Amino acid sequence: MSRVRLSVLREPLVTAERSLAQVTDEVCAPIERRPNTRWWIAFLAALSALCFGIVCITRTFRTGLGVWGENNTVGWGVDITNFVFWIGIGHAGTLISAILFLFRQQWRTSVNRAAEAMTIFAVTCAGIGVITHMGRPWLAFWTLPYPNTRGSLWVNFRSPLVWDVFAVSTYFTISLVFWYVGLLPDLATVRDRAKGRIRKLVFGLLSLGWNGSHRTWSRYETVYLLLAGLATPLVVSVHTIVSMDFATSLVPGWHTTIFPPYFVAGAVFSGFAMVLTLMLIVRVVLGWEHLITIRHLENMAKIIIVTGGIMALAYSTEVFTAWYSGNVYEWFTVRNRMSGPYAWAYWTMIGCNVLAPQFLWFKKLRTSPIVLFLLSLVINVGMWFERFVIIVTSLHRDFVPSNWTMYWPTWVEYGIIIGWFGLFFTLFLLFTRVLPMISMAEVKGVLDYGREHRPQLHRGPSSAPWPAPIAPGLRASHPEGTV
Amino acid sequence: MTSRLFVAWFEREDAILEAARSARQAGYSIGDAYTPYAVHGMDEAMGLQPSRLPWICFGCGLVGLLVALGFQLWTSAIDWPLNAGGKPPASVPAFIPVTFEFMVLLAGLGVVAALFLRARLYPCLSPRFLLSRVTDDRFALVLAGTDGHFDEAGMRTLCERAGAVATELTEAAP
Repeated sequence: MSRVRLSVLREPLVTAERSLAQVTDEVCAPIERRPNTRWWIAFLAALSALCFGIVCITRTFRTGLGVWGENNTVGWGVDITNFVFWIGIGHAGTLISAILFLFRQQWRTSVNRAAEAMTIFAVTCAGIGVITHMGRPWLAFWTLPYPNTRGSLWVNFRSPLVWDVFAVSTYFTISLVFWYVGLLPDLATVRDRAKGRIRKLVFGLLSLGWNGSHRTWSRYETVYLLLAGLATPLVVSVHTIVSMDFATSLVPGWHTTIFPPYFVAGAVFSGFAMVLTLMLIVRVVLGWEHLITIRHLENMAKIIIVTGGIMALAYSTEVFTAWYSGNVYEWFTVRNRMSGPYAWAYWTMIGCNVLAPQFLWFKKLRTSPIVLFLLSLVINVGMWFERFVIIVTSLHRDFVPSNWTMYWPTWVEYGIIIGWFGLFFTLFLLFTRVLPMISMAEVKGVLDYGREHRPQLHRGPSSAPWPAPIAPGLRASHPEGTV
Repeated sequence: MTSRLFVAWFEREDAILEAARSARQAGYSIGDAYTPYAVHGMDEAMGLQPSRLPWICFGCGLVGLLVALGFQLWTSAIDWPLNAGGKPPASVPAFIPVTFEFMVLLAGLGVVAALFLRARLYPCLSPRFLLSRVTDDRFALVLAGTDGHFDEAGMRTLCERAGAVATELTEAAP
């Protein structure tokens, strides 16, 4: 009995016909050769951005938060905008790896590894970002409930900011574990073809003695499914809790019940845009057009249309509710966003997040990598501005006009924005060099290689001498001529 | 103590599935199968029982839930009740987010730790029993003798009929 569902309508997930060994060779190639010039240029650019960010962070720590443009009225600015932005980016990675796994969307296999890595790096940026905004970051551990000599004075568990600490740290930990568990079989593959001694040692230790045993595979799949089941509500909870940092306050423009779903949809929306940006670069730089196919890109574009639609609905609901509530402060905040001094930010947000994704209704546009790349950048910009609009325009004119003021970020804050992008891309580029960027074990599973309805591939292209030597406990030899 | 093992390599998923099914029908004891990816249908072919790891996950989650809820109630209502915004000390709805996060954290870490222990996955220089190319592109089926009886010829015929590309006898500590 074959459990493979046959469909003549569906295009194969991996377009070029590939044998299992070819998948291994292709996915491992980038981490086994020296980086090319394009990689070095990108890496040095990212590293420079990171260094500039470090300069700005150092300046912040040495001098204090006064080097930022924030003031008594606008106490949250670019710092929290960055935090929400990066946390949101992370959500698409979990959506691809966990939610699409639960829905048995097999197209995720080519992109899930990179998307999960993106999640971890984005949450790293968010975590470091929120710690720097504390002013005295060396006291960040005060957010944790630990026994102390002040009585013990515990944290206030009714505060959404404490919920945030637990949500973000749990999210980071579970994402990391999920990623590592998913990496295990591929780490073993890399170990078994490693040539150098250090490489053998490192991948040998990391792969935990994985030997492809089906008993282990069976348990592994159970655990992977459980982790996906845990990560799915987790990812929804994280941005829900982030939104509660705002929604549980009384500030007009924040105090709304729509925030949790609105934030989660926005996170997925911006995260998919970032996945597209990264994948479009990767498939061109590494020549993986047949592994990350147009169909993958199109599927992600479709998710962007859906979540973009939810965003449009959320924006209009916000406006309608503010008007319908009859609350003068709410209604003023909405009008101030649309026509006040930050109107440019509001209309940038609407243009980038509501209008731009509409191009994706056209198949010709959503299957064009260049159009997708440009749109993904536009959406990233739009979603950054969405957080800026939510945070700054709500704060800068609240209840009492004598409090009203403007907030302009200083060069230090712009430097920190650049620095987080630098950190993110530095980590991502290092990742493309040291770990298999595509889940080989999962791609092999969807190849349809060696299944009944693909008889032309029965023998495969291998010309390896056979039988290969085996010995229990010995490293697998990788005979010449496998490629 | 070492025992004799019969190893057969296959190039295709279908072939190893068929070999595993017929080996089980013929009454051979299947030691294990070694594959580059999770071959679906192999659980049934090998006659594996569903894993009990979900219960570990459930247990760890339950512990996380109770610990987090209990700790928040104890710190906020018993050890040092603070009046924050006039809310009651034992404001359970406000404790739900942290309870949920901690439950997920313990359930996730617990089930992965259980997997590593059960499948004996730990950092080591070389795996205990590593067959050639099974992490790349080959599928290997390992058959063991039953009750001191080791029918090598029968195993070989069976595997070759299913499409084995190579077979070998080996000895391994189980």
